[in-house]
Amino acid sequence: MTVHEREGMPGNEDAVATSEHGTAPARREAGDPFPDPGLHEHQPRPTDVDERAGKRAERQIATMFVLSALCTLLFCVAYFVFQVGDDPDVIMGFGASNLALGLTLGLALLLIGIGTIQWARKLMSDVEIVEMRHPTASSETDRAETLQALDAGVSDSGIGRRPLVRNSLIGALALLGLPAIVALRDLGPLPGNKLAVTVWRRGMRVVNDVAGTPIRPEEVEIGQLINTQPEILFETEDGERTYEGTELLQAKTKASTIVVRMQPDDITPSAGRANWGVDGILCYSKICTHVGCPISLWEQQTHHLLCPCHQSTFDLADNGKVVFGPAARALPQLPLMVDDEGYLVAQSDFTEPVGPSYWERGDA
Amino acid sequence: MRLISARLSAKRRSPLAGLVVLLLGLLVTGGLYAVLSPATAQTSQASQSTVEKGRALFLVGCASCHGKNGEGIVTKRGTQYGPPLVGVGAAAVDFQVGTGRMPMARPGAQAEKKEVVYTPEEISAMAAFVASLGPGPAIPEREAYDTSDVDNESVVRGGEFFRTNCTACHNFAAVGGALPGGKYAPSLDGVSNKHIYEALLTGPQQMPVFSNGVLKPSEKRDIIAYLNSVKEQPKYGGSNLGSYGPVAEGLFAWLVGIGSCVGFAIWIASSSVRSKKGVKA
Repeated sequence: MTVHEREGMPGNEDAVATSEHGTAPARREAGDPFPDPGLHEHQPRPTDVDERAGKRAERQIATMFVLSALCTLLFCVAYFVFQVGDDPDVIMGFGASNLALGLTLGLALLLIGIGTIQWARKLMSDVEIVEMRHPTASSETDRAETLQALDAGVSDSGIGRRPLVRNSLIGALALLGLPAIVALRDLGPLPGNKLAVTVWRRGMRVVNDVAGTPIRPEEVEIGQLINTQPEILFETEDGERTYEGTELLQAKTKASTIVVRMQPDDITPSAGRANWGVDGILCYSKICTHVGCPISLWEQQTHHLLCPCHQSTFDLADNGKVVFGPAARALPQLPLMVDDEGYLVAQSDFTEPVGPSYWERGDA
Repeated sequence: MRLISARLSAKRRSPLAGLVVLLLGLLVTGGLYAVLSPATAQTSQASQSTVEKGRALFLVGCASCHGKNGEGIVTKRGTQYGPPLVGVGAAAVDFQVGTGRMPMARPGAQAEKKEVVYTPEEISAMAAFVASLGPGPAIPEREAYDTSDVDNESVVRGGEFFRTNCTACHNFAAVGGALPGGKYAPSLDGVSNKHIYEALLTGPQQMPVFSNGVLKPSEKRDIIAYLNSVKEQPKYGGSNLGSYGPVAEGLFAWLVGIGSCVGFAIWIASSSVRSKKGVKA
């Protein structure tokens, strides 16, 4: 493509192309302290001046496109050849199907991309183009015409002269907000005290998570950690679980606990908590008071419980006090006792809301 | 009585007959005892000698930190130099010495897994000595941690127990993780079934105890079976970058992913080779 053809192309009127063997003259506008340096001297590429180099580049690019086509075909072959499911094919420890599909499709796309860029760099026209800047605003005449049309519309509709029409229109538009409120009303109402209470009750057994087995204090050793749940989450009525699905998960997010046992001498219960444990066995909420991650990373020698999300650290020997990290409140403790059959049970629900702070909670 | 027996003896030929009968009776009793309970006597003798051997090894290799009788040594600042070993049981010794964690090379935040120093016989001798100090968990039997005949259901259940109890420290793929103050939860890759079982049982270092009363032996075995099945799984999604999660993946995306994008951008924008040929002077 010659320069003259390019200049005649539509939509490219402002593009100032340099002549093929020269540079644009340096322009200098009045009062401009820095003269426009213009464009550097144009140098042709080998493919522009050497017929053989051009042919070679052509072959290179075509090879990439052919390889890409080959990869696409290999993708289709791999899709049917490699087994997935229970007994998958394996290449070097990787799933063969995923590996082959990913590699072939990735290469197919990559080779098209590389070929296209190589095409543009080696064979497509190589002239420097300058595009002048324009003001972004519409032209003065367009703006005047628009304002004129608007004025004509206002005076024609008589919106200022007919208040009845105007006001009823405003009323109708305002009422259009109502469907949105009706349709989205189930986002509310406010949760009430749901955030402040859990399913724990007086006398409810503390059971091992996953297994659902109740725990006897004599089975728990010093330094032991047990991930626990309230027994009601494992309870069944006529073969169906009392809590299921969403309800179960919602109950679990608040009621999950951990039970730990420490040397009774190491524990320093705060006022009123002296009888909240059973021979050094204490129960705490498993939900971090920062943003509610489940925490069970317990160091048995330091008695520190760590949250893996943001490194909040609670001292379980000291009423769950925060010793490090962004959590603002101590970890809520569940008071424990032993029932008639010798199993660990709760004395009551948590005495404060578990988990992260929320607006209605009032403090911290 | 004495008169009667004297008279009876007197009627026999020798006055020494009574003494002979007594000696005979003692011999029979002693002989019977020796025949009926030789095994117990021999075992306790052998175990006693094992304990003695273990004690000798303990005095050389362990006593400098744990005390001559395993009572532990407290520093002047009140911290533990070496914790007391009374009641830790044979399982703790088998785990700590069997994985090379003990004897420690130097005091530090954590005893590291390293080359095992003692032979299996020496380890069991030391375990016998420490077990004799106080009641504690014994070395588990092979059946307890043998996962060769575990079915799929147990593996799935083991996975649930693992995710609930272990992943907080050991990571979802059991490759371990960091703890504060230079401590860490080690990777479980390459740890034998027995040592995983013993670690659960005894709670070494910062690890909590998972006693058999709460986490049943079958549940422990399911966890071990799950860990073994995880190791055998092919990497469906390609390289897992060590299974370290978002940190490794993010680092890879930023350095390699965005790095190669930058590389392509530079290549696209770079001017290709120019020729002096055909340029009019």
